[in-house]
Amino acid sequence: MKARPARLAYNIVGLFVFVAMIFPVYWMVATAFKENRAINAATPAWFPTSPTLANFRSAVGRAFFWSSVRNSLIVVGATVSFSLIVAFLAAVAIARFRFYGRRPMMVVIIVVQMIPLVALIIPMYVMLARVHLTDNLFGLILTYFAFVLPYTVWMLRGFVLAVPRELEEAAMVDGCSRFGAFWRILVPLVAPGFVATSIYAAIQAWNEYILAYVMLKQNHETVTVWLASFTTLRGTEWGPLMAGATLIGLPIVGLFLAIQHRVAAGLTAGAVKG
Amino acid sequence: MSAVGTQRGLRASRRRVAGVVPYLLMAPAVVVILAVLGYPLYRLVVLSFQHYSLAEIISHKTTWIGFKNYRDIFGDSQFWAILQRTVEFTAFNVALTMVLGTLIALLLRKVSGWVRLLVNTAMIFVWATPVVVAVVVWQWMFDQQSGVLNYLLAHVFQFGGFDRHDWFRSPVSGFGVISALVIWGALPFVVITLYAGISQVPVELEEAARVDGASSWRVFRSVVYPAIKPLVLIVMSLSIIWDFGVFNQVYIMLNGRPSSDYYLLSVYSYQESFGVGQYGKGAAIAVVIVFFLLVAAFFYIRQLLRIGEVE
Repeated sequence: MKARPARLAYNIVGLFVFVAMIFPVYWMVATAFKENRAINAATPAWFPTSPTLANFRSAVGRAFFWSSVRNSLIVVGATVSFSLIVAFLAAVAIARFRFYGRRPMMVVIIVVQMIPLVALIIPMYVMLARVHLTDNLFGLILTYFAFVLPYTVWMLRGFVLAVPRELEEAAMVDGCSRFGAFWRILVPLVAPGFVATSIYAAIQAWNEYILAYVMLKQNHETVTVWLASFTTLRGTEWGPLMAGATLIGLPIVGLFLAIQHRVAAGLTAGAVKG
Repeated sequence: MSAVGTQRGLRASRRRVAGVVPYLLMAPAVVVILAVLGYPLYRLVVLSFQHYSLAEIISHKTTWIGFKNYRDIFGDSQFWAILQRTVEFTAFNVALTMVLGTLIALLLRKVSGWVRLLVNTAMIFVWATPVVVAVVVWQWMFDQQSGVLNYLLAHVFQFGGFDRHDWFRSPVSGFGVISALVIWGALPFVVITLYAGISQVPVELEEAARVDGASSWRVFRSVVYPAIKPLVLIVMSLSIIWDFGVFNQVYIMLNGRPSSDYYLLSVYSYQESFGVGQYGKGAAIAVVIVFFLLVAAFFYIRQLLRIGEVE
């Protein structure tokens, strides 16, 4: 059989894909640990030969780093808690009830998540500027909340559907109230869905840039705005910049690893059936 | 069609009398979506018919000017150039993303398990990287002075012209870098989704086709592609929607000061509003973006409805 040499060739191409994809991420982390001299050398060092934490110290020591982390954490926490509660109620309605207007509502939910933030910034800014609510974290939270809502409803709906309705019905036969069945049967069984959904909302709120950039002044900026405004007059200091990028990017990688299959499934759910 | 009809009828007959409960459950979500997304969308359309600059924000007065903003942008050759650029940018990125994504997904079926694990891990890392982080990393890789790409090209592959090459001096090479970044960021979703679809195609089916003398291309076109077609259409519509609205990759990559050669519709709309203070005109451009996206969204939703996901 000619299978062996063919597999070898495929593996080589596969490894090439691996290197091409991972290299930027690797280069970010490697640069973050390098000494300044090695970073600006004419011949780049492929590995940080004498790793240092100086870049990380410099990054976190910069103006507004910690305040931006704090702002982002506030925004993420509020966005996650609001969207979780509201999305769960809506998901139960869609998954457990048949009612007039259900289908159009689902279509609206899908359409709404297609609207790019860029298009809504102008009216949002104008509206908030008129009532002097720009530079206010609450305005940002409200917007992120609305933006993650359609998808979190969609995601939780899948989790609710996966819980057999018979379980709730059995509990009700045994004397549970409707709300009791909801609270004691459905909520615990959907718990993994809550985790996945909140991680999704957290990633979105942590990563968003343009709205935070337009709406907030420096003492209210979030981590992405802080990172994007890193350049100094003398040119970019790549070491601290990459250290900052690593600090802001890596927590998200961890969270993402936890929910990755859910996100893909949510966007295309059911498409493989046919 | 008739089968679908009966199915729907059956479902309808099983419908329970739900009363007011589902509406109460939906209410908070509907209110938030209408107030925070629906209302600004309405305001966007209204703004696009108004003369609205900084003065109007302060004075709270607005002037209705009908279609003037639209006449202005449609009469401006710059708008048409930017529209064409945006469409070409989207088409190029989507085409390359889909082709590369499909090839890598097919490749993942052929490689050893450990290679597949490596590639999948890399995909997840890339997918998880925040766009802003990705942009600054690519800025660094393509840096004129000490960027690793110039080093590789000039000193490893010996293309002398790339020594201290400024990638962003010409918009063509600048957009090359931006496209590479966009495609790199988009591939994980496409690969992971399509691979999931492809792995549902029974290997026996492919082998049977091969025994019957089908070429690799023929096997793909007649056996694999029909099975993953619904997925491909969804992934493609989503890619169009995402690539058409690309903003950060241009704006941050050029340090918040993109020259007009680098304007895509999203950047143009942003600059007209927040750069020049012509919010009315910026809104009109944003309406054009939303219109184009709705067309793509239409195909995405039709596909979702067709496969019965919205039941």
